[in-house]
Amino acid sequence: MSRSENTSKDSGARSHPGVELGPSEAPSELLRELVAHLRQNRTQLREEWVVRITETRLLTAMTKEEIFAEATSVYDSYVEALETEAFEALQAYARNLSERIIPRGVETHEVVGIVLLLRDVLARSLFAKYQTDFKKLNRILDAYEPAANRIANTVAVGFVQERERVIRQQQEAIRELSTPVLQVRERLLILPIIGVIDPQRARQLTEQLLRGIRTNRAKVVVIDITGVAAMDVTVANHLVQTVEASRLLGATVIVTGLSPEIAQTLVTIGVDLGKMNTVGDLQGGIEQAERLLGYKVVTLAEPR
Amino acid sequence: MEVPILKQGEVLIATFQAALSDADLNQLRMGLVQQVVKFRSRAVIVDVTAMDVMDSFASRTLREIAHMIRLRGAETVIVGIQPEVAFAMVQLGLTLEGVATALDLEEGLAYLIQKFKNID
Repeated sequence: MSRSENTSKDSGARSHPGVELGPSEAPSELLRELVAHLRQNRTQLREEWVVRITETRLLTAMTKEEIFAEATSVYDSYVEALETEAFEALQAYARNLSERIIPRGVETHEVVGIVLLLRDVLARSLFAKYQTDFKKLNRILDAYEPAANRIANTVAVGFVQERERVIRQQQEAIRELSTPVLQVRERLLILPIIGVIDPQRARQLTEQLLRGIRTNRAKVVVIDITGVAAMDVTVANHLVQTVEASRLLGATVIVTGLSPEIAQTLVTIGVDLGKMNTVGDLQGGIEQAERLLGYKVVTLAEPR
Repeated sequence: MEVPILKQGEVLIATFQAALSDADLNQLRMGLVQQVVKFRSRAVIVDVTAMDVMDSFASRTLREIAHMIRLRGAETVIVGIQPEVAFAMVQLGLTLEGVATALDLEEGLAYLIQKFKNID
């Protein structure tokens, strides 16, 4: 990263109204002084920061050594971002950090918390350094605060973005996994449903099932919902509609494995049970389907 | 556009074209109801494979055809409803209850042959 000396550096620091800036003390000048101070006291300030992190019980998922190592690199990136006012590197670092710590269960409030703690620790050290020169302290803080806030912002946004990316990825993966339509026999499909069904997934299930009926020329479909603990009224209605739509395609639907809660929901919404073919478990459902299709399973020999 | 009604043994077959006006549908209904007795047919198959949208008038007419045919002493099988159309119909509450349905013409004929065999 280049350390360009152009005027855009000043944008991070607004002059305080009523405080005259001497030509030698432009905001960039102040920032440089600030950075020098932070570099000089690196060991002590970092130590103090780690102590504060432990005190506030942040990053409990990590060991002391890990916190210290992470704190060191965060501190250095922080100072570098202050110095160069280039946030791309910090952004990349924040993303990289998030990638490493999200799987360990680090929460958003912890990441934001530690960055704010660092901001406070550094601000305190500035207070201590310039306590005799109030005007100078003011000017230093004018330069420091906007940059520090921007850093905190960058890190928090980076973390949240990474988190959202992970969530999106997982949603994709779940969606792809979630709807297998399987043929068990000629003209017999099973559709095992596991987990929570939201309206979007319900719609997708229906689409896949109706398409499956058409391509496999199915006459009977067994929908097994043993793995679904509960469903709301909307989804239950959707299930009933799926059963009716399948019938319009000429397929009979057998629903198996209804939990007591789902049975309750279906009764509450007043499902016409004449349209719903239900059997207790998947085995019973497949046996029923085989009867409908005219299959008969016989044992050829005594099992050994 | 008029819908042709084919006679295949004891079954009448009517195939819907893509775009049918309400008048065409009414005409088809009358044609089927008249011919089912005229030819002493035991069943009517209505093939809607070509319809990728089905409005409420069309589905109501289908149901009316089925019920009128039953009153005239025969049975109706609706075949070839597209998956998207099926779900749209159900959402509109048009479930064709009491009307037999099958995947396509072949299935519909197989269903009827099986049924006639059981009765005879």
